[in-house]
Parts: sequence; C-alpha cells; structure tokens
Amino acid sequence: MNSAKPLVGSFVRIQKRDLQSLVDELKAVHDRVVGPREIDSAIVYDDLDHVDQLPIGVIDHQEGGVYRLTHESSDSHFDYVVGPQSLKSFLFPPHETISESFRKDGQWEIQAVETPATRIAVLGPRACDLRGLAIQDKVFLEGPYVDPGYKRRRDALFIVAVNCRRSVATCFCHAMDCGPAVTSHFDLALTEMDECFAVEIGTSAGGVAMDATSWEPMSETEVAQAKEVSVELEESMRNGTSARQMETGGIRELLMDNLEHPRWQEVADRCLSCGNCTMVCPTCFCSSADEVADLSGDHVRRERSWASCFTAEHSYMHSGNVRKTTRSRYRQWLTHKLATWQDQFDSSGCTGCGRCITWCPVGIDLTEEVAAIRGE
Amino acid sequence: MSEKPKLAVFKFASCDGCQLSLLDCEDELLAVADAVEIAYFLEARTDQIAGPYDIGLIEGSVTTAHDAERIREIRQQCKFLVTIGACATSGGIQALKNWQDADEFVRSVYATPEYISTLSTSTAIADHVPVDFELRGCPINRHQLLELISSLLRGRRPTTPSYSVCIECKRRMTVCIAVARGVACLGPVTQAGCDALCPAFDRECFGCFGPKETPNVISLTNHYQQQGVDGDHLTRLTRSFNANAPEFKEASDLLSGEPPLADNGDH
Ligand code: SF4
Ligand code: SF4
Ligand code: SF4
Repeated sequence: MNSAKPLVGSFVRIQKRDLQSLVDELKAVHDRVVGPREIDSAIVYDDLDHVDQLPIGVIDHQEGGVYRLTHESSDSHFDYVVGPQSLKSFLFPPHETISESFRKDGQWEIQAVETPATRIAVLGPRACDLRGLAIQDKVFLEGPYVDPGYKRRRDALFIVAVNCRRSVATCFCHAMDCGPAVTSHFDLALTEMDECFAVEIGTSAGGVAMDATSWEPMSETEVAQAKEVSVELEESMRNGTSARQMETGGIRELLMDNLEHPRWQEVADRCLSCGNCTMVCPTCFCSSADEVADLSGDHVRRERSWASCFTAEHSYMHSGNVRKTTRSRYRQWLTHKLATWQDQFDSSGCTGCGRCITWCPVGIDLTEEVAAIRGE
Repeated sequence: MSEKPKLAVFKFASCDGCQLSLLDCEDELLAVADAVEIAYFLEARTDQIAGPYDIGLIEGSVTTAHDAERIREIRQQCKFLVTIGACATSGGIQALKNWQDADEFVRSVYATPEYISTLSTSTAIADHVPVDFELRGCPINRHQLLELISSLLRGRRPTTPSYSVCIECKRRMTVCIAVARGVACLGPVTQAGCDALCPAFDRECFGCFGPKETPNVISLTNHYQQQGVDGDHLTRLTRSFNANAPEFKEASDLLSGEPPLADNGDH
C-alpha cells in the first residue's frame, strides 16, 4: 500500500477489484467517465459507473463485413479489441453547430458557438486508437489553423489506455508501426495480468488519478513480464493468422505509380460508395458545413457534420463533380490514406485498426487491395 | 414586399401521408403560412386559388389515363414542380402491380370492375413531365420539406443529401445491424434523409428513400446472398416502396428472374 503519487514513466500494480476505485476517482474529477460496453451486439463507448458494466469475458470476432461477440467464462476485462467507435467522436463530433447568424434591422451579426467541453475520461483505447488520436491532433491542432472546438475537447480528455492481449483477423497495427503496445498519448495505460493490472503512469495527471487507489510498486521483473504481453502479441500477429498483413515499403510510389491499375475498377465493382469506411476510420477528418436557415431567413446556423470522400457532394466543385465514379472515389480514399497523407502530414493515415474492413458492408479490405496492386 | 409566392399541393395515387407531413409541421406551420400563400391544398383548405403557382408539390404516382393528362396540365401551371414521396418519385408500393396482371386485381377486388379505369402500371411523375426537385421518403421528412420551402423562397438549391443512409447511421453512432447481426439492410444503397430511423430502432433499412446517387445494389444483394440471405427475401426487400426505381428494379428482376409484365409488352 502506497500513498505517494507514482512517478511518470513508472509501472504500478493494482488488484483487479481495485479498478473500481480508479473509476470512482475519475468520476469525481470528470463530467463523464466512458468505457467499453456491450450494447446492440457490439463493444461501444458509453457511460461507465461500475466496472461490472465492462464486457467481462466477452470476445469479438471480426472479418470483412462481419462482427460477432461471444461470451466466455473468463474474468478478462479487455479481451475484445476495437469496436466501431474510436476516440474521434469525442473530439470531432459527428454534428456540431459552429456558428449562428442573426439578422437584425438588415444587419447580420455572426456569433461563434463555443460550447464548453465536457471533461471526459475514457477507459479502453488501444494503441491504434492513440495513434489515430496523434494523427487527428496533427490535423486539427498543429497546422496553421487550430480547430478551437477540438482543442477545448482535447484539453479536457483523460485517457486510460489498454494494451491488447489478443488481436482479431482484421487487425494490422503491427504492420503500420502503430501497435500493439501503447507507447504515447495516454495518462494511464493498463495491462491485464492474471490477478492484477499493471498500470503505466503516462502523465502527472495520471499519477494524481492513482492517488485514491491502492497500488503497489512493481519490480523490474514484473514490469518486464507486463511488457512481454505486447511483445508476444506482436510476434503472433507477425507470424500467425489472427491479423492482416500489409507490406508498406515504397507504398507511396506503388500507389501513385499505379493510378490506372485495373484493380481500381475491380474494387469499384464491389464498392457501394456508402462511406462506412470513412465514418469508422479514426483518422478520417473530413466534414461539410451547411448553412441551415429558418423560414424567416433571419436566423442561420452553420452545421458541421462528418463527410466522406465516397459521396458525390464531397467532390462537387463550383461547376460540377470531379469524382463521378466509385473508381475515382475509392482510389482517392486509398491513395490519400496510404500515400499522399505522407506528403501532407508526414505519416501514414492508417493505423491498422481494421475498422474499415470489418464495418464495410461488403467486406472490402484495403490490405487485399494493396497486395493486388503489388501484384501479389 | 411583393405578393407571397403561391404554393399548391396536388394528389395522385397515394395514401396522403406526405401531404400530412406538411400539416405535421405544427411548430413551423404558422411560419410557412406567413412565408407562402397556400393557394391550393384540398386536404387543408376548401378555398382554391387558381394557378399559376410558384411551387407545386406533387404527391402520388400516375395510375390512370386521366392522371397522366392531369399532370401535364399541372406542370404548365407550376414554376417549380417538386415530387414528394416514394409514390411520386418512383411509382410507390402500388408499382408492385407492374409485375402482375392489373386486370385480374381489378376483377378480384371490385364488385363492378366495369367502373374502374386504370393503367396496367404505376409510374413516377418524372416519367410523364419534367420534375425540378425530388423529396424522397415514405413518408417524406418534414425537416427536408421545410428546407425545400425555405430554399425555394430564397432562390437557392435545397440541401438534401444524395449519399447513403449509412452516413447518417454512423453519425448517430448506431451499431450496424448488417455487420454485427447479419441482417440484410438496404442502407448502403439508399438515399439518406430519414436520419437512419429504422436501424436506430433495430430494423433494417427498407429503402423508402429510394436509391442513392451511384448505388451499387447488385453488389450488395450479391454479398448478402453469399452471406446466406435468401434470394426471395432480397427480392421482397428491393421490391417495396421504391420497387420501380430503376436500380432497385434491376436488382429485384435479377434476383427473381422475372421482369415486370409491362416490360414484355403484354399490357
Ligand atoms: S484506413 Fe482502415 S485500418 Fe487504417 S486507420 Fe482507417 S479504419 Fe483503421
Ligand atoms: S469500401 Fe466498403 S465501406 Fe467503404 S464505401 Fe466502399 S462499400 Fe462502403
Ligand atoms: S445498419 Fe444499415 S444503414 Fe446502418 S450502417 Fe449498417 S447497413 Fe448502413
């Protein structure tokens, strides 16, 4: 039992039953605590009051266009991986009113809508999600224009990450260098062990949050054991079948040199241009802004919503649509995600989370598309 | 300020549900009445003001020779002609008769079939006259109706999406029932506008807003068949409120192997 704050960078141990006191502490200092919950046949983020609400013993099975849960008798708290949602919806909400305009005596008055951020503590994001977060931070915060709403919400976000112990068949974070080990962008990171959780302290706020929980220091050997969980998983992902593989060497040139490859038409014959892949992708950041006027025309709201490069609206320019075909839209999406993203943001736009594969209604798989263009 | 624009609402073969959406705009109805003159709307007022009209809203499909004539006259009376609902836009649920013998229906349903004069098909308004804008749905969404009126008043294009129901479904964080439960859902090929109402209530999308832009219905039905969904079920799914919409019709004909009788020149 310890009362001092654990240091940033250190590992401590808590008993499984003590996870509740961490949740209680988070509830005391945040407006909302959210965590993984089994709702409507999937693992989604929702309010978490009690650790009993976690999907304990639940295992997910994911394939192209298929997601199923099964229930085991184990006491594992986190052995499902990522569901359809990521951190994106907390920081870049699907709908947001960004300004309002009022006409009074023929004059327009425009007001920014600056809703104060809800202070949210999220339990459960995985390595790929944190990489997705880092990419969205770059997009929304690190360019010449800072998105004020994103910044407010980001500053108010507290993250308790989780190291995966298993992967599903659609995961390929190892191939994208984004996981499975959690390495940055967290306040606390949990590794589930047989009897306890190893907790890595990521920030001083994370250390403070541990105050109310009984924790014990971990020996070097114990820390090494905890780290071994990710190492073993990564090994099995590289060798085994419970992961997708993607060869990323020279991928920018591969895609950009093959813009007329026949494969683009083959995938377009299957693709529905439904946009699900972009909605679930933790890094896709496109939005549209619509002016919504009331009937009098004196009050106009500017509404920002998630948009997708798979829609005709998205590529409509002043005099027409520049991407009329599904072929051109799929190619735009994949080449941006894996190739031109590098030019724009100095990294890949893909974290290997596999969501776009699982949640595509017809199971289109970007790893297969890349392999086909490589001629594999 | 000049005279208020004149709005007219006309009914063809339909259930009246879409017209009711206008009356359903309770909170906004006074504002609508302020902004436009409701010149012709039999369901709402007995006074009828003669055309021409600035905005004509058409509900229902064409199922009689008389209606085919009437829509031409109405077109001449209306500056903007807008179809409202699945019936007007694609022919509606009643277009199921296009695959059957309409005369036989008339004989079996009506006591004195001689009094009934009907075409063998139910067709969209756009099959008869040029249409300026479509509001989809069965019934239409009243927010879209208000958006339409408010845009036409200002001379701008209404912002109604042409993308898939899935986009709305994901924006409201509904778990996809197609992927998580294997239920055949038409959301990926259906135009948004309902805010993904059915999936939010745990039901598959029935396609009541009709095909979205660039729909790939056959890829979706092929996939569902590979996943073990019964072909007859998929025929019924694609052959409902928008059975006669070209992309849904193409898919249901392929699934069932039977094109509409009217296509064969039988009628
Ligand atoms: S492209 Fe697909 S696998 Fe990559 S981050 Fe986006 S959803 Fe995940
Ligand atoms: S790849 Fe799949 S999810 Fe993405 S638009 Fe095409 S069909 Fe929809
Ligand atoms: S439930 Fe239907 S509408 Fe919603 S995402 Fe899935 S396929 Fe699309």
